[in-house]
Amino acid sequence: MTDLSLIIPELSLLTLACGVLLIDVFRGRAPDAITFWAAVISILVTLVQVSLQFPDRTMIAFFGTVKIDPMGAALKAVALTLVLMSFFFARDHFDKKQEECSEFYILSLFATIGMLVLISANSLLTVYLGLELLSLSLYSMVAMNRDSAQSSEAAMKYFILGALASGMLLYGISMLYGVSGTLQLDQLVAYSELIDQKRILMVFGVVFIIVGIAFKLGVVPFHMWLPDVYQGAATPVTLFIGTAPKIAAFAMAIRVLADGLQGLAMEWSSMLIILAVLSIGIGNIVAIAQTNMKRMLAYSTIAHMGFLLLGVLAANNSGYASAMFYVIIYALTTTGAFGAVILLSRSDTDADQISDFSGLAKRSPWFGFIMLVLMFSLAGVPPFAGFWAKWYVLKEVVAAGYVWLAALAVLFSIIGAYYYLRIVKLMYFDEANEVQHLVASQDMKLVLSVNGLVIFLLGLLPGTLMSACVIATISYSS
Amino acid sequence: MLADLPILSLCVWVPIIGGLWVVFAGSRMSTNAVRNNALVFSIVAFGLTLLLWRYFDNSVAAMQFTEKLSWIAQFDIFYHIGIDGIALPLILLTSFTTVLIVLAGWEAITDRVNQYMGAFLILEGLMIGVFIALDAVLFYVFWEAMLIPMFLIIGIWGGPGRIYATIKFFLYTFLGSVFMLVALLYLYRQTNGSFAIADMHAVLLTLPQQKWIFVAFLLAFAVKVPMWPVHTWLPDAHVEAPTGGSVVLAAVMLKMGGYGFIRFSLPIATDAAASLNGMMIGLSLIAIVYIGFVALAQEDMKKLIAYSSISHMGFVTLGFFICFEIYSETGSWAGAVMGIEGGMVQMISHGFISAALFLCVGVMYDRVHSRQIGDYGGVVNTMPRFAAFMMLFAMANAGLPGTSGFVGEFLVILSAFKASFWLAFFAATTLILGAAYTLWMYKRVIFGEVTNAAVKTLEDISMRENAILIALVIPVLILGVWPAPLLDMMHVTIAQLVEQLSHSKLP
Repeated sequence: MTDLSLIIPELSLLTLACGVLLIDVFRGRAPDAITFWAAVISILVTLVQVSLQFPDRTMIAFFGTVKIDPMGAALKAVALTLVLMSFFFARDHFDKKQEECSEFYILSLFATIGMLVLISANSLLTVYLGLELLSLSLYSMVAMNRDSAQSSEAAMKYFILGALASGMLLYGISMLYGVSGTLQLDQLVAYSELIDQKRILMVFGVVFIIVGIAFKLGVVPFHMWLPDVYQGAATPVTLFIGTAPKIAAFAMAIRVLADGLQGLAMEWSSMLIILAVLSIGIGNIVAIAQTNMKRMLAYSTIAHMGFLLLGVLAANNSGYASAMFYVIIYALTTTGAFGAVILLSRSDTDADQISDFSGLAKRSPWFGFIMLVLMFSLAGVPPFAGFWAKWYVLKEVVAAGYVWLAALAVLFSIIGAYYYLRIVKLMYFDEANEVQHLVASQDMKLVLSVNGLVIFLLGLLPGTLMSACVIATISYSS
Repeated sequence: MLADLPILSLCVWVPIIGGLWVVFAGSRMSTNAVRNNALVFSIVAFGLTLLLWRYFDNSVAAMQFTEKLSWIAQFDIFYHIGIDGIALPLILLTSFTTVLIVLAGWEAITDRVNQYMGAFLILEGLMIGVFIALDAVLFYVFWEAMLIPMFLIIGIWGGPGRIYATIKFFLYTFLGSVFMLVALLYLYRQTNGSFAIADMHAVLLTLPQQKWIFVAFLLAFAVKVPMWPVHTWLPDAHVEAPTGGSVVLAAVMLKMGGYGFIRFSLPIATDAAASLNGMMIGLSLIAIVYIGFVALAQEDMKKLIAYSSISHMGFVTLGFFICFEIYSETGSWAGAVMGIEGGMVQMISHGFISAALFLCVGVMYDRVHSRQIGDYGGVVNTMPRFAAFMMLFAMANAGLPGTSGFVGEFLVILSAFKASFWLAFFAATTLILGAAYTLWMYKRVIFGEVTNAAVKTLEDISMRENAILIALVIPVLILGVWPAPLLDMMHVTIAQLVEQLSHSKLP
């Protein structure tokens, strides 16, 4: 196969995104549903191409800058599915508000290209390219809510801190380049195994790179932007930021740390321990104090990203598989949780206070049940998918010999259970603040129901997805 | 023909699927149709467990009715189920209690009836699942999943303080369980990749390893039993739960802690159990004596029965952990069998008696809407038949010979004598304390002057309530005079367990 044919999904998405942009420019006063459907079709086409071209082995293309492997293809498929779901939720939101927001879909498409590039990176330069394409789109999406001061503040904060983190990442990359003279991750790995005086410089480089990754994932102490951005951005934008880009950030962590720096695993995994413990602890504790649903989910994200790092820091292929499983389940569940916020919102108000969930089980028993499944899944209670995600990561942490870390993590997840239970309490035990019926489009209700049911079914039969994650990460050393 | 059916799986899935049916299809049915549906499902489930009993072979120690299907092939996790003499009586207790709960909630519950009935049926299936799981992960999934319906039952249909009580209940039990999860994952590593409980029984562990594992299990099971000092969730949960919730908590959920001790703690961490048994016996005695005194001081009937439950469950843990003491005193394991059997009998008998007492309180609460002892007095004047039933259950709770309450306590005290006189002495104080708090409550509620106007107009129990209470009288009396069927069912399994305990697991 030629190099070009390997990156057909990225190329076609780029072409289609430019096409959608043109459609939007020339649609005039026609409804923005045209842009929406064009964007949906673009994602679907890309998704089909990714699945048709599913690689059975690792292939390197474009002078070592691009890597096509099963893990990357699987993550791309998941990310594209999540983007697709977020489009349906976003459409319902903008329809309710009667806002023209075709920019959302176009920016999302460009962000998605960024994610795909990041996922297939085999060179630090490709990593940076994908990351910046993704981040720049996200900054402008956060700022899209032009009239809201909160939104502008969030975008500003996100942009400045994001730029700082990119700078850190670049600084780290330059150090690694200085030692090795290469940006290619599969060549860098040989240098990471060197034991001589240059190793200290490599370790310094790793520190800065970890900062960059930690910022993207939003783990403590690089999490400051996250609650403000989640709260300030329009709900569909928050939904978008909170899901697919986390898949890409996970891919970035695996690409850089496992592909390129496996020889320094001792060093980076001890750094990750600190980040993971802080995130799980602070995320869960601070979430209790929140009254805003989006902010609460932001802190919950911080805690979940800490759990994700637990899988990565095992630094072997089964650990990476568990982290991959975790991030997929997490992104799916979070999509549903933000979807519920959109479901409850009305034309005049956002339902972003947790009290807006009061009495949901009476207003709509079905969506009360779906939300119950999502909350218990996030809390890690069986038989829902979130339990298996935690179970798998903990199993790998124990297998790697960190029993104390597992004990600490479960202790904090009990604290975490409280704030998820509080949502269930509001939905099932309290009376509704209002008795109005839920207003939402049929397709959005369908997407949310399917989302909840998938979490439920993955809880009963998680085996297939677990095997898929194991197969995807099998090429990494154990 | 019947033996070919996966009866054991049906025992789990009939109530769960029935419960889902009642919840989702029930929202379009009339309230009465929902009740009838729920009753049919609970009776079918009970019938299935009776079939198990019919075909159960008392003379075999190995697991029976086993089914094994691959669940998560990647990690050798199986849907592996089976029963032995320890699990069977608990399963029978569970399915029996659920029928009574459906009947007890017949008129008392008018709000969201389909969800109420559905939650109890799902809960039944999950609880049976806990008792039959032979794979540690399957066990854990049932064990935790059970919390969700119970959380909703207390929270939706409970009393005024229900939200505090149900969140406390959930977090307390969750706190205990998650450390068990870490212990199970650690054992998975030690067994070189097997989650089969039988493999965990066989694996050799050093004493410090065993102690850590024992402590992790202890956190999970002690909260469930509950043992002093992690018992504080129970009075709250009992007081606030609806009658059905209290019944299932007392009759079945507490037994899971006891079941966990004999299925996990004792066989897996045998040497740790032997070296920490002083602590366990101490905690059990504190529960028996101190909580007995606490029960004496209660003004709320449900709270009193809740504390009485903790005190009675102290006997169960005493019976289980006294075996090592008996061995070191007498040098033989023969007495140990009696202690463990006594604990098991006590669990089953307490299941019936506490269910009966909570139902009795429920009967009064439905009429007067108060649980305070002070609001009653002279109930016998208006409800003579009810008073007679409650008399019997109060006596059984006090451990009167001829009732099932006596058998378990007697066996445990008898085996305690083999260990040491003073142990038996303290354990036996329960006969006095139990009689004191139960009968004093009975006297204040049933006899005396009628002071409350509401009591003057009480109507005696209906046919439905009559039937429920008679259904409970039968096992209490039969087990009291002729416990042999229950003992025969368990004997071979417990003898094999004790045989396992007599071998050190140190490498």
